[in-house]
Amino acid sequence: MAEESFLTDDFLGQLISVGEVDILVGVPTHNNTKTIGSIIETIQAGILTFFPRERAAIINADGGSRDGTPQLVVGAAIGDAQRSSKLYALRTLRSISTQYASSPASGTALRTILAAAELLRAKACAVISPESTQMTTDWLAALLRPVYSETSDLVLPTYSRHRFDGILLTNLLYPMTRAVYGLRIREPYALEFAFSGRLGSQFLAQNAWHEETARAGSEMQFTLAAIAGGYRICQSFLGTKQHVERHSADLVQAMRQTVGALFFSLEPNFSLWSTKAGSQPIPTTGAEQEFTLEPVRINRKQLREMFSTGVAELESVFQSILSPSTLAELQRIAGLEETSFCYSAELWVKTVYEFAAAYHKSVISRDHIIQALAPLFRGRAFTFLTENHNGSAANVEDNVEALCLEFERMKPYLLKIWNGRE
Amino acid sequence: MWEMIVSELTQAMQELARGFAHLLPRIIVVMIMALVGWVVAYLAKVILRGILRLIKFDKLSENAGASQLLTKAALPSATDLLCRFVFWIAWLGFILLGVQALGIVGLQEQIAKFFLFLPRLFVALLIMFFGLLLATFLSRAALLAAVNANFPAPRLLSVSVRTIIIIFVLSMAFEEVGVAEQTVLVAFGVAFGALMLGLAIAFGTGGKELAQQFLEKRFGRGRKDEGKEDELSPL
Repeated sequence: MAEESFLTDDFLGQLISVGEVDILVGVPTHNNTKTIGSIIETIQAGILTFFPRERAAIINADGGSRDGTPQLVVGAAIGDAQRSSKLYALRTLRSISTQYASSPASGTALRTILAAAELLRAKACAVISPESTQMTTDWLAALLRPVYSETSDLVLPTYSRHRFDGILLTNLLYPMTRAVYGLRIREPYALEFAFSGRLGSQFLAQNAWHEETARAGSEMQFTLAAIAGGYRICQSFLGTKQHVERHSADLVQAMRQTVGALFFSLEPNFSLWSTKAGSQPIPTTGAEQEFTLEPVRINRKQLREMFSTGVAELESVFQSILSPSTLAELQRIAGLEETSFCYSAELWVKTVYEFAAAYHKSVISRDHIIQALAPLFRGRAFTFLTENHNGSAANVEDNVEALCLEFERMKPYLLKIWNGRE
Repeated sequence: MWEMIVSELTQAMQELARGFAHLLPRIIVVMIMALVGWVVAYLAKVILRGILRLIKFDKLSENAGASQLLTKAALPSATDLLCRFVFWIAWLGFILLGVQALGIVGLQEQIAKFFLFLPRLFVALLIMFFGLLLATFLSRAALLAAVNANFPAPRLLSVSVRTIIIIFVLSMAFEEVGVAEQTVLVAFGVAFGALMLGLAIAFGTGGKELAQQFLEKRFGRGRKDEGKEDELSPL
């Protein structure tokens, strides 16, 4: 109940009128009129189909939409879902919307949903992205059932993705999270996930909300907090995850939210990860990951050029972060022709680990360290695209697995430099 | 006649001896003050060095870019330099206090002025240090942002940001110590204005294509869709 002051009186009044619930579905929004109607309808239909006897509520945390998104959420009548699914709820299903700020902040949105879940004493909660237009009613069952049956505290999704979608996940977040924490979590940064009330309350109570850096990558931090807290984590295959253009717009922002959160987590959890070696699979329902192979046109040349420019222009920055041998090797490959260019897995892992150690030692501003990694990531992305240009789904999976093993193999290097020379 | 000369000489010698006897204790006071001052200044230096090492001042100075400047000028580290500065200021202060005891007319006023000047010098040095820190941080931020935005001349932008801030900081520091205030103000105005004009002309002539690309990217989506490439989604 410590969060009461953070929520508005109006929102609190609405929550009190709902009482307690079994299932809570949170939807963070910001100007999502195009998609929110169908998302809410699918959520309602999913609840009617799979949880008809449970008390449920939909909570919309809005970041200052100006296109009427909250009105669409509140106005979405349960009758429409009942007519389309021909199912009827045995309990009430309420939709509540609150504006947490005048501009979007994913951390505050999640905090609002967590606070609402705690106040309503929800047994199982799910967060659904308003941009998941491929969402089906099955998603709710896949996410919420393991939590509601009390077999898991956190359910993360796996998807069928294009082989080149989520390239930061396949080349950094998944392999490094796996190597460091020893758990094979395919989507450590998830926009759709489910969690138990216990985990939600624990995460809500932590002080990280007061730190600006912690606000940015809250979804990633949620996963990392569950790992660090020893909670039961599983994965559920949801289906196709379509490429959302908005995410591709700003690589630096994406890296701040995810890589920043991952590097940040290493410090308080050092005793946990420093003793782990290798990795273990986690319980997974359905496929672990699927890759689709539709042809896409990506400007690889620009990626390599931006890598080379970055290495040349940021030399003074890299001198503070990287070891001389790594920097020399990066400068060597930056001068290679496009046809012979290769940012090897070993060099990439070494680069990432040296960045993590530099972040820990705060050799320069931590935000600058994350920004400086972006041009190097482009170089790695170029190599990944080239290696898998004509590869089958199995080949892509093999390459990702090889990279993961490289991250695991070189973990002692991270430990060596972690407390090494200042 | 001879007796008169001897008498005058004796009187002069006696006066000189009296004057010397009068001055000698004051000279001894100056020497004692200098000695005590040296001990105090040395202790202050040792204590300051310990504190600066504790707070990792050298690292801070490295982050500010001050260390690189000192290395280029073949000067010792920032910690060493600051310790030496404090040592000499403290010792000089004690020596001047001792000299004050000599009672030389006009010197006392100058010494008082020197002591009044010290706080201003210290503030000017602080302005310089934090100014360098800010210049390094903002120029690095500009460089990173420019590289990630694929800006054509990231280093030029970064150096421009750094130069503008350093000019601004230098003018503030000079104004604080009161060195040629009017000249510095005019020089700052001329240099800043020239820099801005230069940048405006350079951006105007060199950035035409960039501005065109930006506007096309921002507003010309419909036309661009024909040969559009897929964007890479990192997450």
